[in-house]
Amino acid sequence: MKKPTTLKILDVVTLVALLGATAMVFFYAPIERVMGAVQKVFYFHVAAGWVGMLSFLFAAIAGILYLVKKTKIWDLVGVAAVEIGIIFIFINIVTGSIWARPIWNTWWTWDPRLTTATIMELVYIAYLMLRQGIDDPERRSRFGAVYAIVGFLSVPLTFFSIRIFRTIHPVVIAGSDPSAVGTFDMTPTMFQTMMVSIVVFSILFIDLVWHRIRLGKLANQVEELKFNIQD
Amino acid sequence: MQPKTSFFKAMFAVVWKDLIAELRGKELISAMLVFALLVIFIFNFALELDPKTRSALTAGILWVTIIFAGNLGLNRSMAVEKDRGCLDGLLLAPVDRTAIYFGKSIANWIFMLIVAMIVLPIYSILYNTNIISPALLLVILLGSEGYVAIGTLLASMAVQARTRDILLPILLFPVILPVLIAAVKASAGILSGFPFSDLQTWFNLLIVYDIIFTSVAFMVFDSVVEE
Repeated sequence: MKKPTTLKILDVVTLVALLGATAMVFFYAPIERVMGAVQKVFYFHVAAGWVGMLSFLFAAIAGILYLVKKTKIWDLVGVAAVEIGIIFIFINIVTGSIWARPIWNTWWTWDPRLTTATIMELVYIAYLMLRQGIDDPERRSRFGAVYAIVGFLSVPLTFFSIRIFRTIHPVVIAGSDPSAVGTFDMTPTMFQTMMVSIVVFSILFIDLVWHRIRLGKLANQVEELKFNIQD
Repeated sequence: MQPKTSFFKAMFAVVWKDLIAELRGKELISAMLVFALLVIFIFNFALELDPKTRSALTAGILWVTIIFAGNLGLNRSMAVEKDRGCLDGLLLAPVDRTAIYFGKSIANWIFMLIVAMIVLPIYSILYNTNIISPALLLVILLGSEGYVAIGTLLASMAVQARTRDILLPILLFPVILPVLIAAVKASAGILSGFPFSDLQTWFNLLIVYDIIFTSVAFMVFDSVVEE
């Protein structure tokens, strides 16, 4: 299976866009007056969180489609999305910690967003462990789909439950809770940088999903070939 | 083809079968109960409990005990079906498969409630304080419903996996967290003597979560057991 030309082009575009976004974060966006340089973590922090959520949404939709249509491709999409989502939410949590250390004076607090992001991470690690424990490929796909749906449903409920307590996480977009620590008003250049980061990370997401689906297809082919040799 | 057995008849047959089997073997409840008591004892030594001053802690311990014991019960109740090929037998029966799901869930629910009903008075005696109240019983009723609703679904997946003994808690605990939070908060409020109206939110949440979890498990159960 040759690598499609569109994918090759997308690889290059993603790389260039990623470099461009990084340059924007460092040179285009101004340094925030109170927080200083550490605020620059914000752009990729938000973008990574966005891609993580998007991935898990994809995984849940792929799960529903798999259960309805039973076609293998939706299973591949589901796994691809979950694996990528785990990485991006991890980036999201780590960058958040780096920012929180100087601003909140702690690496970690039991804030709804932080807690929910980490529980979400655990849900999808459990998803991978579930898949690993099942040998029959068809059953593995089926159970994966079921768990992706259940997990995705549970995450917002967790968020909502913890949200009822007070939160200190800043809501930079559309919201000004005075009790939040570390909030700031975005200048137009900051806003542009953030939007560019989100778009670039979305492109990166598409590129990675494509690669992962292709990898999944190749893995299936290898499995089939091995099976044929054994016969 | 013979007409299908009615949904409720099939469901109660499954519940009845589980209860009779438990009455004769007494494997599940005795294991859950001993385990629950051990958890309470371990907490006592680990945390130096004094429930009169630390009502929030009591609620947490009660719920940890209940969900740990429940986890044990859920795993066992599905493993028995799987090991002796009973699950295949159940699935071959010409009944709606969701009737089997609800049957198993209700049986598991009953087992959890029995364990809770024994643990509560023992806890009260051990700490010389009465924690039993209608409101707390209602929280346990609602909380364990949500727990078994999603637990029965996940247990029926976990027993079909190679790593089944370790898989269920890992699958179940992160997903069940919303129910646990609401249940612990409501219980802590009750044990601190807050009026019912202050805890209304948590009760509402528990009911909403129960409905959501039960209906989603009901919708996907078919795909878990199909062969």
